[in-house]
Amino acid sequence: MTENIELTEANVRADVQAWLAANWDADLGLVEWRNILADSGWGMPAWPTEWFGKGYPSGFVSVVEEEFQRVGAIGVARAGIRMLAAATILEHGTQMHKEKFLRRILTGEDTWCQLFSEPGSGSDLAGATTRADLKDGTWIINGQKVWTTSAHHAQWALLLARTDWDVPKHKGLSYFILDMTQDAVEVQPLRQMNGHASFNQVFMTDAEIAPEFQVEGLGDGWKIATTTLMHERRGADGLRSWAMGTDRPERAYREEREELAHSMAPYKWYPQRMGRVDLVIERAKAMGKYDDPVVRQEIAKLLTLAKSAEWTARRARAAQVLGRNQGPEGSIGKLAASHVARLGNQVHTLISGAGAMLTGDDSALDGVIAEILVSTPAISIAGGTDEIQRNIISERVLGMPKEPRNDTDRPFRDVPRNTIG
Amino acid sequence: MSFSFTDEQTEFRHVLRRFMTDKSPTSEVRRLMETEEGFDEKVWRQLSQNLGLAGIHIPEDYGGQGFGFVELSIAVEEMGRALLCAPFFSSIVLAATAILNTADEAQKRALLPAIATGDVRATLAFTEDNGRWDNGGVAMEATAVGGSYQLNGVKSFVLDGHTAEQIVVLARRPGSSGDGGLSLFHVLGDADGLTRRRLKSMDDTRKLARLEFENVTAELLGAEGGAAVPMATTLDQAVTCLANEMVGGAEALREQALDYAQMRMQFGRTIASFQTMKHKSADMLIDVELAKSAAYYAASAADGHDGDGGENVSDLPAVASLAKASAGEAYMQTAIHAIQIHGGIGFTWDNDTQLWFKRAKSSEVFLGDAAYHRELMLQRWQD
Repeated sequence: MTENIELTEANVRADVQAWLAANWDADLGLVEWRNILADSGWGMPAWPTEWFGKGYPSGFVSVVEEEFQRVGAIGVARAGIRMLAAATILEHGTQMHKEKFLRRILTGEDTWCQLFSEPGSGSDLAGATTRADLKDGTWIINGQKVWTTSAHHAQWALLLARTDWDVPKHKGLSYFILDMTQDAVEVQPLRQMNGHASFNQVFMTDAEIAPEFQVEGLGDGWKIATTTLMHERRGADGLRSWAMGTDRPERAYREEREELAHSMAPYKWYPQRMGRVDLVIERAKAMGKYDDPVVRQEIAKLLTLAKSAEWTARRARAAQVLGRNQGPEGSIGKLAASHVARLGNQVHTLISGAGAMLTGDDSALDGVIAEILVSTPAISIAGGTDEIQRNIISERVLGMPKEPRNDTDRPFRDVPRNTIG
Repeated sequence: MSFSFTDEQTEFRHVLRRFMTDKSPTSEVRRLMETEEGFDEKVWRQLSQNLGLAGIHIPEDYGGQGFGFVELSIAVEEMGRALLCAPFFSSIVLAATAILNTADEAQKRALLPAIATGDVRATLAFTEDNGRWDNGGVAMEATAVGGSYQLNGVKSFVLDGHTAEQIVVLARRPGSSGDGGLSLFHVLGDADGLTRRRLKSMDDTRKLARLEFENVTAELLGAEGGAAVPMATTLDQAVTCLANEMVGGAEALREQALDYAQMRMQFGRTIASFQTMKHKSADMLIDVELAKSAAYYAASAADGHDGDGGENVSDLPAVASLAKASAGEAYMQTAIHAIQIHGGIGFTWDNDTQLWFKRAKSSEVFLGDAAYHRELMLQRWQD
């Protein structure tokens, strides 16, 4: 109905408004509604028209999202890494993959996880040693993955595994879609130093994958993983919009609430890992330390750092909106966040004094402060360590040379590696 | 600026950078550092008149260009980058701003046009031997004598105080203290009873002077006893400009250190290929970029805007101090790293890194150090 109409923001807005007026119904079941949404293309406007999208430039996505928010309409499922799976399948998957997986990703019926990191290869992801061996026409998978979000309730996984040990490391990896529900896949929660278990370890012992669930060809694994990681980084830049949930009584909202509670539960500590700068002044006042000149200096240092980081992120975003080349300000956000979190931890400790030794309901704000103190180390590790970030900045932004390596010029078999995994 | 500069502002920066590269190479900086006056008359005239910089933030009604603090900040950032030796900060950022904030209409019309063309060089004398940057540190007394005033006391750490042709002086009514009884006065540089001595400054790109006043006849600017608030505003605006000047210098240092690391060979490879250098360089980038963001935001706040161009008249005092604290630490830390990256050669007199190191040190202290501004910032913080 819009094919002959010029694609403008006003036209898109009018279109989506009309469609929502005719179709949105909060009394529908969540999956039923999302199936309607998938068929309409309005759930993923930037996806191609043949695959649940409208084929619109990504600039229109926020227009569509605004109209959904205006009427309170629920969007497609986004939580977890399902959108990374979808983006990877759209770009590299077969017709069968798209038909089998994309719709159920959008409706929320299938949950996905990502089996990339291993105990023996964290920053050096291409050093993965989980093996895939073709036996009697079936891929047999053996190995251990770690830091896996949602593995305990995932139906499917994106798997990076080694299929050739006699070529250099990046060339011997292949990419698979693994059925997580088989018995040969064992999922165990991984308990973190802050007591939460937000991630899992996944053990695969002769797990099976049919050949048609390999993505692209032998040795293409690293290339495809790069696509997945690029989308992950883009998500980390804040373009991923999380459903917030509401307390409205209609059926669709009720089901969305249950879905959110389920998927977000392990991550309740996430705000604490950022250092909770927002709590510092009120805590200092409550503890009677806001007049202490030493405490004041430290609070001011923290606010200076946090504000400068916030304004730097906004400079980067402004350049992006104007379509200008992003300067170095676009690359430093993750490292700045690590600095903020670390200093936030120090300042909360300074303010809390002896109370910083306590945890749970014996500690301030019913454990929130204690959670800050033992959660901030995550920020400088998760999603790329500070050290890797510094390498990326120095090489890509500052143009400094790579360090000489001794792992890319020889068969992976001959590369020194950890004995674990 | 809406967290980004307009095309016109970016073009303005490019013009200035070419001018500074041309007129302020380090050979010229070193030559002027050795002179008593510390600037080149010809370059000052070109900068003031050809580029119109001296009048940049002075309204057109008073002979200026009518731009704001964002443009002024771009100008001082480029000057800081090139270590330009010129009486710009003293005359334009300090004196002209103080007059704009304090003087009455007739006085502005009388004083500002000559400053806006660079024909008159002025300065602001407010600090005394105690080195305090706040109003409460002022002891100099102004006594009403007939229709005029007489100043007695000492001003120190006065930027270009030995060469300025006009001096704006902060003094107080006898018997007053703190913010009360403060007024700004206008004094000629060659007034009777004024003794000026150039101080030996560690950073010779920034000339400082000590001024002794003995019954010096002065003209009151604006209302008697009403200078505390406009003076505080002047300092917030000047501190914002200084922060921008400093991030310009810090960025120049950061780039020089990187260039050196890319060129210097040890152990058969450039030292830039060692991870320890790469990580240090990444940290330097973060320090400088964070400080730039704060300085730019403060400049926008000085023009009454938030970073998105919206209205914001209230948070300049806090963010000016935030920006100065941030720039102070970033500039000094960058200078320390830059010397370290240069190694032995970086500690020699002939290597230019030391020029920026000393500028970083004087900037760290001038108008208040990081600890002072952090406290000020918290007093002014609004949640």
